[in-house]
Amino acid sequence: MDNWSGYLGLILQGAVVTVQLTLMGSALALVMAFLAGLGRLSRFFAVRAIATAYIEFFRGTSIFVQLFWAYFVLPFMGISLTPLQAGVLALGLNVGAYGAEVVRGAIQSIGKEQYEACVALNLGRWQCMRHIILPQALLLMLPTFGNNAIELLKATAVVSLISLADMTFQAQVVRAQTGNTLIPFATILVLYFLMALCISWAVRGLERRMARGLDGVRAT
Amino acid sequence: MEWDWNFVWQIMPTMLQGVKITIIATLLGSALAAVIGLVIALLRRSPNRIVSRSVGFAAEFIRGTPLLVQLYFIFYVLPDIGILLSPLVAGVIGLGLHYGTYTAEVYRAGIDNVPRGQWEAAKACNLGPTQTWTHIIMPQAIPPMIPALANYFIAMFKETPLLSAITVLELMNQAKSIANSNYRYIEPITLVGAFFLVISLCSVFLLRWLERRYGRIES
Repeated sequence: MDNWSGYLGLILQGAVVTVQLTLMGSALALVMAFLAGLGRLSRFFAVRAIATAYIEFFRGTSIFVQLFWAYFVLPFMGISLTPLQAGVLALGLNVGAYGAEVVRGAIQSIGKEQYEACVALNLGRWQCMRHIILPQALLLMLPTFGNNAIELLKATAVVSLISLADMTFQAQVVRAQTGNTLIPFATILVLYFLMALCISWAVRGLERRMARGLDGVRAT
Repeated sequence: MEWDWNFVWQIMPTMLQGVKITIIATLLGSALAAVIGLVIALLRRSPNRIVSRSVGFAAEFIRGTPLLVQLYFIFYVLPDIGILLSPLVAGVIGLGLHYGTYTAEVYRAGIDNVPRGQWEAAKACNLGPTQTWTHIIMPQAIPPMIPALANYFIAMFKETPLLSAITVLELMNQAKSIANSNYRYIEPITLVGAFFLVISLCSVFLLRWLERRYGRIES
């Protein structure tokens, strides 16, 4: 395997795409998680029904099928997406559905007395959610969000199958060009693992930061 | 492009074959994951530091990397060192190994949840380690973790389309080959989604039942 710095460069190019996908997918997932999670707790039946349908649909079918559907079926309905857009859309919506349940669970786990205190202080529903409930619930959501982000990172490998040049795709290219299977795949396995470690470190750091000053206040 | 019911009925037999392979892969993978999870959980409790640390790291590594890449690894790299696997076998091993690292955590939590007193009572009754595990600890640890295990098996079911990447002829691959030869993507891919939704909704009901039946930990 001569000229292997060139091949490493190819894999690193793929790594950039993987990181991009992970970041954009996570951003979309975060938005969807809050929209659907809060939607499930809504007063209005229609909103609850839509949010539940979204969550059940995206959790009930495989991410793989969703990706293929976004990439191959949507064009027939007049919506053409680039592989990157289809990837971000499928990953974000899928992980967002899982995240929505985390949001719902965390909000519901906040004690009833907090809501009663809101009423007692004459805060509106929105003010109560924004200033009282969410700051406490966010801390509970963080560790699970970290896990979800790692799941999303791992799911990005699937986009190589719709011809997006991510890390897995580039490893296949290197394999096809050199005939060497062990080295490219071992390299990307290590790279994926390092990325996953980065995410869990970042989330742990964020959690420590946000928990500052809450010791003793938090009911655990 | 319109939805064509005739085409749906025409491709249905092929799709059902794919469903069969998907279900077989899930069942075999679940069985393997249940065994591997138990082995990992037990090895991580080993008093030998080297064994427990290295197994722990290996499990972390497998959990932190994508299943797709692991499948490629098993399917393309192992033949180089003389281990030739059929696609389905490679897929089942990949699924079992990947989800084994998840079920290991379930086993760990289940075993940790058995009260200390049970261990002490087993020792007081002069039971050996094997007797303690098989007669005292496991019968108490396993029922509460059945719902969590089933949860992972449903998750595994939804990952089986990845096996199409290593040429297993499961549901997704059948749909893709139908789509490629007929230039119609809407029906096959949508049917795959529908099949997955129906099967996983059924398994959610099964899961709810399991939770009611086994989920409660008597306190």
